Amino acid sequence: MKAMKKVLSLAVVAAMALSVFACAADTAAETEETQAAVDYEYMSYAEYDAAALDTEVTVLCTVMATQSWWEDQITVYAQAFDGDGAYFIYNMACSEEDSEGVAEGATILVTGYKSEWEGEIEITDATFEFTDLVQENPMEPVDLTADFGNDDALIANQNRNFTMTGLTVEASGDNGEAFLYSWDGSGSQGDDLYFTVSNGETTMTFTVESYLTGADTDVYQAVEALNVGDTIDVSGFLYWYQGANPHITGVTVN
Amino acid sequence: MKMRKALSLILASAFALSSVGLTGCHGNVKRNEFIVPEYFDTSREFNITFWAKNDTNINQTNIYNQAIADFEHLYPNIHVNIRLYTDYNKIYNDVITNIATDTTPNVCITYPDHIATYISGDNTVVPLDNLFTDERYGLGGSELVFDSPTVDQIVPEFLDECVINGVHYCMPYMRSTEALYINKTYVEALGYEIPDIVTWDFIWEVSNAATAKNPDGTYVVNGQEVMIPFIYKSSDNMMITMLRQLDAGYSDEYGNIGIFNDTTTSILHTIADEVGQGAFSTFTVSGYPGNFLNAGQCIFGVDSTAGSTWMGPDAPLSDIHESNVVDFEMVVRPVPQFDTENPQMISQGPSVCVFNKEDPQEVLASWLFAQYLLTNDVQIAYAGTEGYVPVTTMAQESQAYQDYLNDPNEYSIKIDVTNMFLENINNTFVTPVFNGSTSLRNAAAQLINNTVKSVRRRETIDDAYIENLYEEVTALYRLDQLSASKDSRAELGALPKESKILLITLGVVWIGIGAYFGCDLVKKRKKN
Repeated sequence: MKAMKKVLSLAVVAAMALSVFACAADTAAETEETQAAVDYEYMSYAEYDAAALDTEVTVLCTVMATQSWWEDQITVYAQAFDGDGAYFIYNMACSEEDSEGVAEGATILVTGYKSEWEGEIEITDATFEFTDLVQENPMEPVDLTADFGNDDALIANQNRNFTMTGLTVEASGDNGEAFLYSWDGSGSQGDDLYFTVSNGETTMTFTVESYLTGADTDVYQAVEALNVGDTIDVSGFLYWYQGANPHITGVTVN
Repeated sequence: MKMRKALSLILASAFALSSVGLTGCHGNVKRNEFIVPEYFDTSREFNITFWAKNDTNINQTNIYNQAIADFEHLYPNIHVNIRLYTDYNKIYNDVITNIATDTTPNVCITYPDHIATYISGDNTVVPLDNLFTDERYGLGGSELVFDSPTVDQIVPEFLDECVINGVHYCMPYMRSTEALYINKTYVEALGYEIPDIVTWDFIWEVSNAATAKNPDGTYVVNGQEVMIPFIYKSSDNMMITMLRQLDAGYSDEYGNIGIFNDTTTSILHTIADEVGQGAFSTFTVSGYPGNFLNAGQCIFGVDSTAGSTWMGPDAPLSDIHESNVVDFEMVVRPVPQFDTENPQMISQGPSVCVFNKEDPQEVLASWLFAQYLLTNDVQIAYAGTEGYVPVTTMAQESQAYQDYLNDPNEYSIKIDVTNMFLENINNTFVTPVFNGSTSLRNAAAQLINNTVKSVRRRETIDDAYIENLYEEVTALYRLDQLSASKDSRAELGALPKESKILLITLGVVWIGIGAYFGCDLVKKRKKN
């Protein structure tokens, strides 16, 4: 019995010692991370832009928005920390705990591969680390009203946060709907919204991406309330799918 | 417009399945086994929910709505509330969530793979065998007010897919297979003739020929800067089909994993070589085969027959701008084969299951609606929206369906793939269904997609790479745990004598400890 007690005591002491050691190691790692935050090696946006597809890239960027975290992955809309371009980071590895920090304004160092999918230039298979850096002069949304419907011009601003103004809501479906749940109306509330707008000369189809702005968001509900003929201003991110396929994050009816 | 959401959800579901599936549906409400009532109570009102999946196709949505209206006309006391989905995995995730809160739908379109997880709860999903054969309300039953198929009129190959642990937990709703969509114009321009059954060797040979470039960097065959000769939409199906055709391991019905074998390694080496030649890519890496085909940037695309209306220069549906569509002649064939004398192709498609509820009458109302989905009107209409085939011989042999197949106004590619499938139903196969089979399927996809990506990223693909890939994928999808848990349940059998003695001894010791403390407590109370 005494021997058993000794074994148990030793086991408890060993476990406690291990725990203390592990905690100390964690603290040391955190301190090191903080100290190294100002000294990152990364590509400028111009270098990223010039990099070939399927090459490894490391970029420093500030989060503009994210799609909903899902099982250790998160999709990020980000702008270059140096302020001259934007990134779409698809399904970046991210724990649920870390996902709370991957929020608007956070600056992160992302390493992944430059890829193309249906025309969208993006970073895939990415990992990241947090930094303490604060982007002091974030890029203002670029006004792309003049480039409306012109993919050749719009592509220069792929993934950027943008605005367009003075657009008219057109009928989207066979029944004259102002918007559709899913691209052809086959969906239901909670699915992506699609709506068509014109500048009087040509039309574009905009998307409210439900993983970015779901049914409980202002923009989703604003689009559900649109009427054909409304004049609107929009803001969003210039996502690409076989051409410009903006993800709209704000709608104002004039 | 097709979107990439399915991909993220498919990947996500693997994790969900790993975490939920392996632990069972903890928190679900215990439910008594469903017993078929003697009669259906038409004096009561029933509201049932139906979670339906469509291929982001408004015609399919309209057919569901029409089916509900027609059914409610026949059974005015049953009201069906539909919830539309465009993604199987979203249905799956929602069902898992709702099992825990006892708010599952009554009727649900789903995959048998997913049902394998649902049934890890107690009596969550209604076993259908007794319902099939019920004389009054079963398939072809005497009390039905519509023409229902008998159980013998459901295509046996399709019905067999719905068996899990020897029990039918669902019925097939629609079936499709994969087809090889070919730009015939380009194949012939390269000097080849397309055989009736295309081999993998033929695919690789023509694809390699198509990578030839002009001095200006454009491809000879299309004069464009982009050409991916062969694109496979479903990487998991590709691996599964190749393994099946080569009679190599994948898994068994007990969840024992056999995918990590020499044949798989050989397949991955071939894929690496072809990607290195610029001959091959996948949907995950590059995009939809149909988009590349229609733009003249692909020669061979493998996609579902249920995606046929997106394929070809005259396709009714298209995601690419009409100015980018190239004119060419398209033909379809079965997926590439290793043995042309013994073609094999996967059978896939939605099934329908009924969830158990406290009120057997509510379940019976749900069953009536589920069964209605197999009637000719619904089957023929829904099959006609894409390259699906009806799951009943009653529908397949009907005049209405024959008229559809011969209608010159229907999209010819859709009819061609449908006929191809009908001619090859006996050549279809399915993979074993078990709790975790979705994880394995996703692992199969990842083996190919990671290999494709790594070649493009100029990594070395050798045996060491593939061995490491196996380890990564095993860990990511917890396949080792899957095998272990299934092995222990399915194959270990009765405990050995020594184990029994040990367990009994432990039990006796615990009883002794309990008795000791019990006596001690009694003594202390007496002292007090």
